[in-house]
Amino acid sequence: MKNTTGLFALPARVLHWLMAVMILAMLFIGIGMVSSVSERHAWLLRIHKPLGIAILLLAVVRLAVRLRHPPPPLPADLPTLQKLAARASHWLLYALMIAMPLVGWAMLSAGGYPVMLSDSLRLPAIFPTNATAFAILRHLHTWLAMLLFLTFLAHLGAALYHGLIRRDGVLASIAVHRRETPAPPQADVDAR
Amino acid sequence: MHATPEPDPTPIPRSLLPRFLLIGAILLAIAAAFAYVGGWLAPHRLTPKRLIDQFQANAGVYPGYRRNHAKGVCVAGYFKSSGQAAAYSVAQVFAPGERTPVVGRFAIPGSNPYAPDGSVPIRSMALRFTQANGQQWRTGMNSMPVFPVATPQAFFAQLQAQQPDPATGKPDPKKLAAFFAAHPETAAFRAWAKTAKPSASFATESYWSLDAFEFVDAKGVRHAVRWRMAPEATDSGAAPAGQADYLDADLRQRLAQAPQRWKLLVTLANPGDPTDDATQTWPADRTTLDAGMLVIDSEQAQDSGACRDINYDPTVLPHGIAISDDPLLPARSAAYAVSYLRRTSEEAHLPGSARPSAKARPESAR
Ligand code: HEM
Ligand code: HEM
Ligand code: HEM
Repeated sequence: MKNTTGLFALPARVLHWLMAVMILAMLFIGIGMVSSVSERHAWLLRIHKPLGIAILLLAVVRLAVRLRHPPPPLPADLPTLQKLAARASHWLLYALMIAMPLVGWAMLSAGGYPVMLSDSLRLPAIFPTNATAFAILRHLHTWLAMLLFLTFLAHLGAALYHGLIRRDGVLASIAVHRRETPAPPQADVDAR
Repeated sequence: MHATPEPDPTPIPRSLLPRFLLIGAILLAIAAAFAYVGGWLAPHRLTPKRLIDQFQANAGVYPGYRRNHAKGVCVAGYFKSSGQAAAYSVAQVFAPGERTPVVGRFAIPGSNPYAPDGSVPIRSMALRFTQANGQQWRTGMNSMPVFPVATPQAFFAQLQAQQPDPATGKPDPKKLAAFFAAHPETAAFRAWAKTAKPSASFATESYWSLDAFEFVDAKGVRHAVRWRMAPEATDSGAAPAGQADYLDADLRQRLAQAPQRWKLLVTLANPGDPTDDATQTWPADRTTLDAGMLVIDSEQAQDSGACRDINYDPTVLPHGIAISDDPLLPARSAAYAVSYLRRTSEEAHLPGSARPSAKARPESAR
């Protein structure tokens, strides 16, 4: 199935923006809670775990949407290297939005903690209790979060580059509301 | 090929510089906000890492050990509920007749795992109750009725005041005096400490939660509480003179004869009793429930026992118990997590974690 609309499928667009807000919030919540000794630590952690698991569930739905509805092609005049970078960074973002919650869940399991999503809702352990595994996963949670943040920054920079400098319809392709007709897909016509 | 080139479909403005700058500024602003929230651009904020670094500055680093309450021993047993607390908390551990397995730890405060048992008059008891439904209740209690300070900031200031002067190897008495002068809330603790003697046994001590918590009943009503473990054994003698390590041997000897028991006494606050101030006791006439019996029947060395890899974070609570507005609780949770990550990283010999030095425990004891 080929996408000739110049747009991402509606569920993909809605999920993109919903999850963009959730993931960015999670990065700030995470970094904020581990650097605070105030009540903030307690209430941020109470949000962090259920929100993270919600991201995991939505990411699975989003991947399914992605496989059913291929994205619109990138502008044909985009240099190959930029196309490659776009594809690689998108898959990295998908990988991280699934890996981050799984690592969080696994690290609490390995640390012997009950994985409480609310006062009474407890998830089962997905990793045997093991202090070495805890330490590795806990560090991994931090490093993957930093990688996610940097990838997000690059992604945002690229999106703004498309929207403000190239003005090539890429930004509009993910917009939830169509304000103007996006530039036609140019996969088949070489503009030069 | 046309003679005149077609106009570009997406005309690019003459000067793109302002737009590139705008993009750069947006990215920079987000990165700076992230760094600020993470504490990197706010060096004066008290973070859990600074708290733990201060423990290390005061006593040195003993890889693999807890950054506080480093010297201790693992124990195990169970809690048998009387059912008296069930009207106030829906936690499964309080259901009438419920028997809940417990993994615990006795310890003395301080960051040096080789400190003599008589170096402090305080003992501690940490417990992890694992309910049948998989939820856990973790608690760390100290053998004194009040805590010296009420806030993490004051706790940090106290640690700073206690940092040994490099010249003498001892805390500077002037700094300590200045700290106590600036913190009159420490008076109740200091009055207690004046007469407190290091006990000869873990088994004869009472252990207080100090922090307040909330019990949540079946209707969702919250009850402010504190609790205490009251020992059955009362034969508290004077600690043996001239000996560094006696608590472990005493406990082993007692357990060889019989399990050791404590009553879990839960005190209900009256309206207006402070829940955010561990330096103040509640009046003695408050309703106290006998929630059940803690039975400790075995012990293991802390280097290999089940308590070694447990973080007794007092905010790990089952449905039916919740944290109060006590500011020490989130600070303990955050600081214990840093201590736990450092010591488990050291146990795992991860790159960048502290390595055992000559001062640390011998290889054979790991
Ligand atoms: C944490 C936040 C974000 C995450 C995790 C994220 C993730 C993703 C992913 C995985 C894709 C690829 C979709 C696919 O090919 O299936 C994508 C596409 C896109 N995103 Fe984001 N995004 C985030 C934030 C943003 C923001 C803030 C913007 C813009 C200001 C943005 C603009 C775009 C655009 C324009 C595309 C379409 C790219 C294309 O045509 O291939 N994203 N995003
Ligand atoms: C998209 C998902 C997630 C993101 C982006 C994320 C991000 C973060 C970040 C940035 C930190 C701070 C790391 C540091 O500076 O050391 C953190 C810590 C933490 N995360 Fe996540 N996280 C996610 C999912 C989860 C999940 C699902 C769980 C558990 C179920 C979890 C549990 C934790 C815990 C317990 C900590 C703090 C531990 C401590 O106090 O040391 N996270 N997370
Ligand atoms: C802000 C104040 C406090 C700080 C920063 C602090 C710090 C610490 C740290 C770093 C540990 C070692 C944790 C580990 O690696 O597992 C510890 C252990 C402990 N703390 Fe605190 N503490 C504070 C307040 C209290 C209070 C109010 C109590 C009293 C009830 C208490 C009782 C204990 C006990 C019983 C342990 C030993 C737990 C065990 O045996 O594993 N602490 N503390």
